[in-house]
Amino acid sequence: MITRSYRYPLNSSRLVPGRPLLEISGLGLRFGGVTALDDVSLTVNQGHVHAVIGPNGAGKSSLLNCISGLYRPREGSIVLHTAGGGAHRLTRGKPHRIARLGVARSFQNIELFRHLTVLENLMLGRHIHMRHRLLPSLAWFGPARRQETAHRELVEEVIDLLQIQAVRHKPVGALAYGFQKRVELGRALCMQPALLLLDEPMAGMNAEEKEDTARFVLDANELAGVTVVLIEHDMNVVMDISDRVSVLDFGKLIADGEPAEVSRDPDVAKAYLGEEVGR
Amino acid sequence: MTARTDRQPAPAAASDGTTADTFPRLLRALAGERPDSVAMQEKLYGIWQPITWSEYAERVADFAHGLAELGVERGEVVAVIGDNRPEWLIAELATQSIGAAVVGIYPTSIGEEIVHILSDARVRVVIAEDQEQVDKIIRLKDDVSNVHTVVYYDPHGLEQYRQPYLRAFTEIEESGRAWGARHPGWLDERVTTGSAADIAVICTTSGTTSRPKLAELSHRNLLAMSEHLQQVDPLTPRDRYVSFLPFAWIGEQMIAVACGLSEGFTISFPEDSSTQRANLREIGPDVMFSPPRIWESMLSDVQVRIGESDRLKRSVFAWGYRVGDRYAEHRVRGARPGLWLRLTHRLADAVALRPVRDHLGLTRLKRGYTGGAPLGPDVFRFFHAIGVNLKQIYGQTEICGIAVTHTDTDVRFHTVGTPLPGTELRIAEDGEILLRSASVFRGYHRNPEATSETVDGHGWLHTGDAGYLDDGHLVVIDRAKDVRRTADGQLFSTAFVENKVKFSQFVEEAVMFGGESGADVTAMITIDPATTGAWAEQQHLSYTTYTDLAGKPAVYELIASAVARANEDLPESTRIRRFVLLHKQLDPDDDEITRTRKVRRGVIGERYAEIIAALERGDTEVTVVNTITYQDGTVAERETPLRVYSMSEFTGEDVAGTTAAWGDLR
Repeated sequence: MITRSYRYPLNSSRLVPGRPLLEISGLGLRFGGVTALDDVSLTVNQGHVHAVIGPNGAGKSSLLNCISGLYRPREGSIVLHTAGGGAHRLTRGKPHRIARLGVARSFQNIELFRHLTVLENLMLGRHIHMRHRLLPSLAWFGPARRQETAHRELVEEVIDLLQIQAVRHKPVGALAYGFQKRVELGRALCMQPALLLLDEPMAGMNAEEKEDTARFVLDANELAGVTVVLIEHDMNVVMDISDRVSVLDFGKLIADGEPAEVSRDPDVAKAYLGEEVGR
Repeated sequence: MTARTDRQPAPAAASDGTTADTFPRLLRALAGERPDSVAMQEKLYGIWQPITWSEYAERVADFAHGLAELGVERGEVVAVIGDNRPEWLIAELATQSIGAAVVGIYPTSIGEEIVHILSDARVRVVIAEDQEQVDKIIRLKDDVSNVHTVVYYDPHGLEQYRQPYLRAFTEIEESGRAWGARHPGWLDERVTTGSAADIAVICTTSGTTSRPKLAELSHRNLLAMSEHLQQVDPLTPRDRYVSFLPFAWIGEQMIAVACGLSEGFTISFPEDSSTQRANLREIGPDVMFSPPRIWESMLSDVQVRIGESDRLKRSVFAWGYRVGDRYAEHRVRGARPGLWLRLTHRLADAVALRPVRDHLGLTRLKRGYTGGAPLGPDVFRFFHAIGVNLKQIYGQTEICGIAVTHTDTDVRFHTVGTPLPGTELRIAEDGEILLRSASVFRGYHRNPEATSETVDGHGWLHTGDAGYLDDGHLVVIDRAKDVRRTADGQLFSTAFVENKVKFSQFVEEAVMFGGESGADVTAMITIDPATTGAWAEQQHLSYTTYTDLAGKPAVYELIASAVARANEDLPESTRIRRFVLLHKQLDPDDDEITRTRKVRRGVIGERYAEIIAALERGDTEVTVVNTITYQDGTVAERETPLRVYSMSEFTGEDVAGTTAAWGDLR
């Protein structure tokens, strides 16, 4: 019988919603004389959409890069909590190790394999979950084949969630920008993340595409329960979809709270929102 | 409870349960005869997921028990709103098994339309597909207080909903299974005692003139239609059918449900609305029934592709098309073409025609039907030339969708064919087409006055269409009130003129005015944003919005050339003299066209009265004021000046280059 509800959980973190999932404390990062991050401390709770906003060069992408292990912070710590009281320090971890812990991300500039199809790109998201042995994989029999089938089932559910059935077998390079962004989100979801980091998923989109993307981010959060850390410029989107907002300015955390609170904060208004808030 | 008082008693012959003369009994017979063959399949997660006849029957039984537990009674109406999925049919058959009827609502319907149907039919249980449809019903819940349960079958996004009247489809099936275990034999008895005269389906009429009416169709009506149709065009259990048009439409009920159950062929549901064409091609259906817009969009798809291809391919196709066209001229008359033509046609088919059919997914198609609105003769001719046996269907919801069709060996593009077996056809003195058969509907739901206006005491259905007989073939002119008489006394149809213009791939809709008592024929045209937009790009013509594009002088010239081509084929007195390109597309949400995309002339006449008057006067410009309500509730008025293009300005320059590619293809 056909079951329309998804069989695979996309969220691999078993923490109780509302508990701290990611704790960042005293994070500092410097490039030569430039201070990218200065004593940043914030907590991302399980089940939240947590937006990070700030003017250009405020250190938002640097923060994400520290979490996913692409940058090594000079000081401070980043801790990922797991169910049952476990905790992993991400600060000194290698990127691939951090990915294995369930930290998935998308990039500001699309980082997909342009000549592979949508399906192949998404299957790559399953890579960290695959256990290959050379011989069965080469001969494509027994366990290798069963394994691929199981992973494909999950990937198909993600395709259904993001409504990209029509482009399943199209090479990613031939797709429109909005679709490519969706595929990148899909690849991150295919990892069954514990934490999803999205670096400006709506940059360069028109209003309609933004609405769609916001819908998909919310779907991932509400339907699949995935915790999302989101960098975004469009204030309307941020205010609409996030549960919590952190504001960075010149590497410093200047506000952190619920969207309504943050938008009333005079420091935020000065640094980023300008006259928008007084409207 | 809302038991019907005017229901006819079940005939004694049907009560023994041996004759399969209702849909539930047909399903029971099929599940017994070939339990393991595939009844329907849906593409889900990239795979065609089959449902066998026995699984189908089992799920229908479970859901029927579930509905019984919800208190659905014989004679009641259950509504379904959603895209085509197996659950739609399961819900329909389950409802019918109890002895209740199903009414389909177009998934694109909104607000008032839904309330109208739900309250008119006193619906208490609504099956809504997904979050989108459930949201609509929740918003309207206060206006439809009769509704006590809303069942959804796509649970995504509905996990957090706490409305007590929301139930999942699988949940109803499960509780139904338990209920059925406590009431063994109950459903079987219901199915056995069901009458062929019971209402099976309530279909909404297209409503080009007024609010849609609810037409009651019995099992007998629909199965008689299927039997009569199959005497002309037999179907087999091995035939393939792709179901992608709304089940609320009679055409889909007609083939997928009535013919599907009487023959037991497999029905395939596409994965998503965006994959319809690809899925159609994967399945390669043997039979198809679509309204003209589907055929028109296939044609414009081919036109665009041919236009984009290189010179060699274009000329090969043009040659193949000419051969195919000549060949089709013989075939549609049932004549055998000469040897030379047969040989060249074989070559043309291999190099030019078959690839096009294959691209459209029509390679296996034995018969394609078009109905619901007139299809331009040019479109017709195109499909026959590429080797698709396309036939016109004429009928109305009130006669199960079909009464007249072409036979395979006698297709004439300007007629709608000959009456089906068992169908009587008469032209009234005032030119109205009258029909009588076993498929004439029971009546409009709870509206005996409207029924008596439509069906007279002798059982004749008054179609409201004007037509005449030509050598045994019926020619439909148009809706009786859309038929006009020119100054020189000639009868003509607005639809005929409009379809001529709509043959151009750049034209989406055309509405014509005037023509009577010497008034000039004029037209209001909307451009097709996809094709016109692509053309504008090729011409390096930049534009921002639809309104901007429709206002470009070059686009006016482009459409003028399309109108000029249409005028060539029209008699002098019905040629279009002036036209306006509307600043917006016609939209069903604005009531301008129906959900099946038929133009509502009444609404257009009122809303665009100024434009029509300006066209008639021959002004050079007209300003329309439209009121825009933004989502935050603020209202703004915007003035859009529209140019009235007079065909006398047209220089005859072929802007689009259509003659080069298509001139000899018509």
